[in-house]
Amino acid sequence: MTLPTLNFLAILPLLILVAATLLVLLADLVVRNKRVLTFLGLLAVAASLAAVLLVRPAAPTFQGMTLADELGLFASVAILVATGLALLLALERTSDFTRRPGAYVALLLLATAGMIVMAKASDFITIFLGLEILSLSLYILVGFAQRDARSNEAALKYFLLGAFASGFFLYGMALIYAATGSTNLAEISKGIASHSASLPFAPLLPIGVGLLLVGYGFKLALVPFHMWTPDVYQGAPTSVTAFMSVATKTAAFASLIRVLAAVWSGDRPWLLALAGLAVVTMTLGNLAALRQTSLKRMLAYSSIAHAGYVLTGLAAGNDRGFEGALYYLIAYTFMNLGAFATIQAVQRRDQNDVTTEQITGLSTQRPGLALLMTVFMFALTGMPPLVGFFGKLYVFSGAVQGGMTWLAIVGVINSAIAAYYYLRVTVLMYMGGATAAAGDIPRTGWAVWTTLVITAVATLALGLWQQPWMESIREAVTLLALR
Amino acid sequence: MPEGYLPILVMVIIASAFAVIALGVSALLGPRRHNPAKDEPYESGILPFGDARRRFPIQFYVVAVLFILFDVEIILMYPWAMMARRLGLFGLIQMGIFVAILLVGFVYAWKNDAFKWQ
Amino acid sequence: MVPLSWYLILAAALFCIGVFGALARRNAVGILMGIELMLNAVNINLVAFWRHIGPDQMTGQLFAIFVITVAAAEAAVGLALIIAIYRQRNTVNVEEIDMMKG
Repeated sequence: MTLPTLNFLAILPLLILVAATLLVLLADLVVRNKRVLTFLGLLAVAASLAAVLLVRPAAPTFQGMTLADELGLFASVAILVATGLALLLALERTSDFTRRPGAYVALLLLATAGMIVMAKASDFITIFLGLEILSLSLYILVGFAQRDARSNEAALKYFLLGAFASGFFLYGMALIYAATGSTNLAEISKGIASHSASLPFAPLLPIGVGLLLVGYGFKLALVPFHMWTPDVYQGAPTSVTAFMSVATKTAAFASLIRVLAAVWSGDRPWLLALAGLAVVTMTLGNLAALRQTSLKRMLAYSSIAHAGYVLTGLAAGNDRGFEGALYYLIAYTFMNLGAFATIQAVQRRDQNDVTTEQITGLSTQRPGLALLMTVFMFALTGMPPLVGFFGKLYVFSGAVQGGMTWLAIVGVINSAIAAYYYLRVTVLMYMGGATAAAGDIPRTGWAVWTTLVITAVATLALGLWQQPWMESIREAVTLLALR
Repeated sequence: MPEGYLPILVMVIIASAFAVIALGVSALLGPRRHNPAKDEPYESGILPFGDARRRFPIQFYVVAVLFILFDVEIILMYPWAMMARRLGLFGLIQMGIFVAILLVGFVYAWKNDAFKWQ
Repeated sequence: MVPLSWYLILAAALFCIGVFGALARRNAVGILMGIELMLNAVNINLVAFWRHIGPDQMTGQLFAIFVITVAAAEAAVGLALIIAIYRQRNTVNVEEIDMMKG
C-alpha cells in the first residue's frame, strides 16, 4: 500500500490558525495580561494571511478534499481581514462583557479556521466539517456577553436553529451522494454530466439539492429561514456580530457558489427558484428594517436584505452575476464591519446595543464617529462612488444579462426602500438635538479607531480602484467553469 | 426472500413464550406474603428517601458534557487502529497530534476547575 | 438481503420523527434530542448508500464517523448553553425564553 501524498503547504494558513488557537488556550492559563492573547491572535491572523498570499500550491490538495484556487484565496483573504478587524475591535472592550478573553480569542480563531475550510472545501465531508467548526465556535461566541441575559438567549436560539439546519444540510448531502455515488464535487459534476438519466437514484438529486439549499438558507439568513438573525445579531457582543455578519456570509456563499457550479445544469427552474428566494429575502429584510429602533436589529434585517442582493448575482446564472456576487461580498465585509464598529464605539460600557434615540445629535458630541457612520450608511445605501454602489451595479447588471430584468428592477426598488432607514440614521445624527449625555459614550481607543479608519478607507478606495482585484475575481469565476 | 428470516421468527416466538410462561407460572403458583421490609425497592439496600425525580447538582452535567466529548472522539481512532501497522510511523505521528489537541482541551478544562466538585 | 429501500424508508421515517420532535417540543433538551435523531437518520442513509454503491470506497462510512463526532460536539455545546440559560432563568422552556421580539 502506498500512503497518500498530503500537501501540507496547501493548508498552511489553517495549520497556523489551529496551532495559534491551541497556543492561546494554553497561554490563557499562565498569562496575566490578557491583552497579550489578542496580540497573539492578531499575529496568527497576519501570519495566516501571509501564507494565503505567498504560498500558492498546485491544485487539488489533500486528495481533492480542498481546493487551492482563486475563489478560495479570495474568500480566505476576506475572512482573515474580517477576523483581524474583529480582534482589534474587541481589544479594549473584551473585559466589558466577559471574564474569559482568552477563550474569546481562541474561539474567534477557530471560527476563522472553520470558515476557511468551508470556503476552500471541494468535498461534502470537508464542507460539513468547516460548517460545523465555524458554527460551534459562533454558538459559544454569541453567548459570550455573560452580563447581558439576551446574549445567552441569542446563543440558545442560534444553536437550536443552526443544529436543526445542519440536519437538513446533511440529509441533502446524503441524497446527492446516493444519486451520484460520490461526495467529491468534481466527481459529482462528472457523474451528472456523463449519465445523468441512467444513475440509479437520479430522482434523489433534485431533492438533495433542495435540502442542501435549505441548509445554506439558514446559514445565510435567507427568507424564510431568517428568523434567528435579528435576535442573534442583537444579543451577541457587538464585535462578534460584526465578525459573523460578514465572515460567515463570505464562507457560506463561497461554498454555495462551488456547490452550484458542481450540480449546475443551467436549468431555468433552479435559477427562477433562486431569484424568487432573492426577491422575498431582500424585500422582507428591508421592510422589517424600516421599523427598528435598535441599530443592531436594524443592521440585522439589512444584512438579510444584502444576502438577497448577493443571491441576485447567483440567480443571474452567468459569469457577470457571479463576479458581482464576489465583489459584493468584499464590499459588504468592509462597509458592514465598519457600521458595527461605529456602533460599538458609541455603545455604553454596560450596554450591548445602541438605540436610534442614543445616536440622535451624535454629530455635536462625536463629529468623527458621526462622519464615519455616515460613510458606512451611504455605502450600504449604494451611493456612488463607494463600494456598495458598484456591488449593486454588478449584481443587477448580471441579472439583466441573464434575462431577468424584472429581478434587477425589484432590486433597485428595494435599494430605494433601504435608503430610507440608512439615511434616517444620518439625519438623526446631524439634525436631532442632543439627547445622550456626552459622558455616556466611552473614549474611543486607538484599536477601534484603527478598525474604523481601515474599513472607511477600504469602503472608499475599493470603489475607486478596482482594476487589479477585479481581474482576480474574473479569474476565480472563469476557473469555476460554469456550464 | 422472507424464508431466510424464518429462524429468527421461530427464535422470537420461543423466547417470548419462555418469558411469558416463566413469569406467568410463578405468579400463579408462588405464595405471596407481604411485609413492609419486603415491599421496599431494595430489600436489603439503602433506605429510600425522597422522590426519584430530584434535581441533580449542576456539576453532574459538566462532567457529563466533558465525558461525551472525550468518549466519542475515540471513534476517530478506530479507523487508524484497523490500519495502524500499515500506516506505520506516519499514522502514529498523526494520531499523536490528534491526541495532543485533545490533551490541550483536557488541560484547559482541568486548569479552569471543571473537575472540582464545588 | 434486506433491500436498500427499506433502509431509506427507515431513515426517512426517523428523520421525520426527529423534525417533528424538534418542532413540537418546548423543552430545549427535547429539541436537542430531536435534532440528534435527524443526524442519526442521515447516518443510516450514509452507511446504507455506502454498502449499496460499492464497499471498496470508504467515503460513506468515513462521513458517518465524522457526523457522529460532530454530533457529540454539538450535543456538548448545546447542553452547556442550556445549563447556562437554566442558571440564569430557572427554565429551559423555549416559549418562556423570549426577551427579544420584533
